[in-house]
Amino acid sequence: MHLLRYIAGRLVVYALVIVFALTVLFFVPRLGPTDPVEAMLAKVASQGAYMDPAQVDKLRQSLIDTFGLGGSLWEQYGAFVNRIIFSADFGPSLSMYPTPVMELIWNALPWTFGLLLSSTLIAWVLGNFVGLLSGWRPNSNSSRVMEGIAICLYPIPYYILALVLSILFSYVWKIFPLTTTIRGAPWSWELVSSIVWNSFLPAMSIVIVVFGWWVISVKAQTTALKEEEFARYARLKGLSDGRILTRYILPNALLPQITFLALQIGLMFNGSLITEILFDYPGLGLLIYTAVLQGDFNLLMGTISLSVIAVATATMIIDLIYPLLDPRIRHR
Amino acid sequence: MRSFFTHAPFRLYLGLLLLAVCIVVGGILPWLAPGDPLVWYSAPRNQNPSAAYWLGTTSLGQDVFWLLTYALRNSIILGLIVAGLSTVIGVFLGLAAGYAGGWLDRVLSFFMDALLCIPTLPILILMAALFGGQLALPIVGLLLVVFNWPYPARQVRAVALTMREREFINVAWFSGESSTRILVRHIFPYIAGWSAANFINTVLVGISTESALAVIGLSSAQQATLGTMIYWAINYQALLGGKYVWIGSPVIAIVLLFIGLFLVSSGLSMKSAARRMSV
Repeated sequence: MHLLRYIAGRLVVYALVIVFALTVLFFVPRLGPTDPVEAMLAKVASQGAYMDPAQVDKLRQSLIDTFGLGGSLWEQYGAFVNRIIFSADFGPSLSMYPTPVMELIWNALPWTFGLLLSSTLIAWVLGNFVGLLSGWRPNSNSSRVMEGIAICLYPIPYYILALVLSILFSYVWKIFPLTTTIRGAPWSWELVSSIVWNSFLPAMSIVIVVFGWWVISVKAQTTALKEEEFARYARLKGLSDGRILTRYILPNALLPQITFLALQIGLMFNGSLITEILFDYPGLGLLIYTAVLQGDFNLLMGTISLSVIAVATATMIIDLIYPLLDPRIRHR
Repeated sequence: MRSFFTHAPFRLYLGLLLLAVCIVVGGILPWLAPGDPLVWYSAPRNQNPSAAYWLGTTSLGQDVFWLLTYALRNSIILGLIVAGLSTVIGVFLGLAAGYAGGWLDRVLSFFMDALLCIPTLPILILMAALFGGQLALPIVGLLLVVFNWPYPARQVRAVALTMREREFINVAWFSGESSTRILVRHIFPYIAGWSAANFINTVLVGISTESALAVIGLSSAQQATLGTMIYWAINYQALLGGKYVWIGSPVIAIVLLFIGLFLVSSGLSMKSAARRMSV
């Protein structure tokens, strides 16, 4: 009963957060000093295409529709929310006319999700392994060296690391491809290996940074946990080190990492956007970049709205399941 | 646990040393620059590092060394302003929420949670794209403040909540001290150490986000920042031309600056945690 009430409460907050995010997105185009429609028209005009006034008016009207700038503010807001939440329709892409924006997004999403998911997973496994071992003997030399490396890696932004990796392994020592080109028939081994080969550097730039944090945090956790009563008891019982680490310390060290994920998911998403752009990786980040470069505002609004909603949803889900996983937290 | 804290100072000193180098390069050297390094063709183009041009010159005829000092200065100033405003607003609203409780707490907590869920960069990209393709630095700074005050606010609120129940607060309250005095004299010392660490961290996030925006060419091009330097270098094919010093120097500056900031921030939070435990 308590649990149900807790979940219901979180869901209400989640709905409010989404409404808040949409409201922010709704007001952003209206906040700035310039009218986005006029800015867009000026951009079209500056590209050299001559248009007679009737054409300009027509274009202006279609842009006003795109931005949802027609009618009163309330009508605009209603139409905006309706379009995003209920029909999930962002209209056709202007630069890749007439492909619908949603289709482009659906094609890009697996790349971004795959990249983020696999690199987080790799970093998680490696980070826990190294963190546990170095936390077990926190004062040994190898453990200190490991922590030093982790401390130097963690604060580096993903895109800087992406840049360094691409300079080192694509320009200076040409072993990995500079930009992403996927080839191979569907469901063939060639396709899989091509995906892995091309995703290696972008994934590494995320893995290395996240790995750094995991080592730092798991090491601190382990060092603290192994002095706790239950760990001492296990040791006195004569259990092997391996068993104490995996059965007694690891489960306790895992829990705080979930809150970290909730806080970091937004930052990791930000990082993967730039990383994708730097590596020409066909995910959401590259799509957003294309939209910016081409002035494709349907695509821009669609990709940005979707990524904001996706990150908010992921954060809320992690927030929601965390107390369910930690038996020490009871809901009153 | 204690052994973990004993090498905290070393980490802090190393971080302060790195920061000192960055601040000397970014804070003092720009005054000595022979001219505005942003001006195109103020130096011969595509020079390799030499005695006259320590880090070489760009394809646009700018001296990389002096450009770097300007970029470092602007990035640091942006980070400091963002972190300063975010910390002040966050600490103030966090204290207000935790100490006042009730509906004010609920409204403020909601905004903190909601803002933390929204990824900053897509919103910045959207704004930049909608308003002429580039965002001026003050606007970037303002937006970063809007998205970064919830971090200190949430933490300060949690501390203030536990503080309300503490004995010594009750003692102070019943001995007739005013709320302001209780906040300033009794609660603030508890959050000062953590806030300092968070301040440094926000400097890092501010500089990092602006640079991310700049690397894809959506931040101000009129001002040199570490990110815009990287953008110009990529844009003028510094890598294909093998001009690694041009693109490498802002990259290395960012890495050193961020490692310094992180060391100081984690050193500070360790120190304040150690002090809280020893009390």
